[in-house]
Amino acid sequence: MKTNSIHWFKYAAPQNFYFLAGKMWPWFAALAALLMVVGLWISFFVAPVDAQQGQGYRIIFVHVPSSQMSMFIYLVMAAWAGVGLAFNTRLSGMMAAALAPTGALFAFLSLLTGSLWGKPMWGTWWVWDARLTSTLILLFLYLGFLALQSSIDDPRRADKACAVLALVGVVNVPIIYFSVNWWNTLHQGASVSLTRAPSMAAPMLWGMLIMVLAFWMYAIAAALARVRNIILERERHTDWVKNAVE
Amino acid sequence: MKLTHVKPIGLGSVMLAVLRREISLAMRQKGEVLTPLVFFAVVASLFPLGVGPESALLLRMAPGVLWVSALLAAMLSLQRLFASDYADGSLEQMVLSPAPLQLLVAAKALSHFLLSGVPLVLMAPVLGLQFGLDASSLGILMLTLLLGTPTLSLIGSIGAALTLGVRGAGVLLSLLILPLYIPVLIFGAGAVEAYTSDLGVHGHLSLLAALLVLSLFFAPFATTAALKISLE
Repeated sequence: MKTNSIHWFKYAAPQNFYFLAGKMWPWFAALAALLMVVGLWISFFVAPVDAQQGQGYRIIFVHVPSSQMSMFIYLVMAAWAGVGLAFNTRLSGMMAAALAPTGALFAFLSLLTGSLWGKPMWGTWWVWDARLTSTLILLFLYLGFLALQSSIDDPRRADKACAVLALVGVVNVPIIYFSVNWWNTLHQGASVSLTRAPSMAAPMLWGMLIMVLAFWMYAIAAALARVRNIILERERHTDWVKNAVE
Repeated sequence: MKLTHVKPIGLGSVMLAVLRREISLAMRQKGEVLTPLVFFAVVASLFPLGVGPESALLLRMAPGVLWVSALLAAMLSLQRLFASDYADGSLEQMVLSPAPLQLLVAAKALSHFLLSGVPLVLMAPVLGLQFGLDASSLGILMLTLLLGTPTLSLIGSIGAALTLGVRGAGVLLSLLILPLYIPVLIFGAGAVEAYTSDLGVHGHLSLLAALLVLSLFFAPFATTAALKISLE
């Protein structure tokens, strides 16, 4: 049987990945900028005014993608953490560390846009809605990850400890989500339901999809750019870094 | 002497030995067991001072306040779970011992439950009286704490192992662990609240027990992994 000649594990070495990421991230950043411009143009000028919510609904074009990304990045981060623990690869921990700030940013953005939307729609900045609460807890999980990362000096140990934490977190996320959901229904009937999905006008849907793609591209670009910095910082004693920086 | 001549140790006796050691250590420094209890009483007494003495309001808040206070008190003593053993080197001996580390860790979590959870369970009805809970609600409160605090100890042991020998371990531990405590809090306080408003409590109690079983199975593995990372 002919073996595949591509060396997939070549890029598991931080040195090789540094240059690969260097080639890749500007493309993702450019795609993110392009999609963001198109998405924002659609969401501001093409998508019609909502019959019930007026202009205020337009914040969902930022809110929905950031909520999705905040959850998805945690999964990706935990996956990298698992790979790092299983195969003891250095790059995996660096990827997890590079993803965490972006995930936390999206969780925060999701809460911020949610409350900015909630004020005119619900008349309040904050309700203890199940989704809001679980996003808040997700933000806490991210912050715990970042705090643990920053308080351990040895980067290898920090990566492994954070990997255990991310895996414990990812097991807990569904449990937390369902318990918060149940807690919410027990305490009060949800005053406003987010779950009823009104049929969307096609431009709204397109705007949202393009914004989701733009956020994906941004997250990939940001993670790749950040992982390059992490690699440089950790490998600063090596010759290749000295050559690369010069 | 050949290693094969060493008599294999029974797993039960290993757990008993760890338990006995932890309890005798705690008995020599009773303050460390009592301080979280006093903390529990003080925190629970602060709430009426903060929100006012209106008894209907206090009764409504009681399950949540008592559960949050108990949860914080149980967390206070978590830092010590591995820290002193880490400092004097006995933790390394435990890692090196032929007995499975998961078992030793589970025994340590069990000892934490016995030394901090059980006293909290016994103390809770006294504080519950201050909030005007009746006898049967107090019984439910004790039952939920009895089912919930072992889970807190088990999840907490993961955090204690992760923050071993880390800068600012105390605050960091609470930041890592408190979000993971939320399901226990929801079902623990929820059971008492469901009971006081004449709803069934079986669902809550079953879920608390389910959380206990889940954490009993998974937490020792995570704690062991974290300890090995901390001791590298």
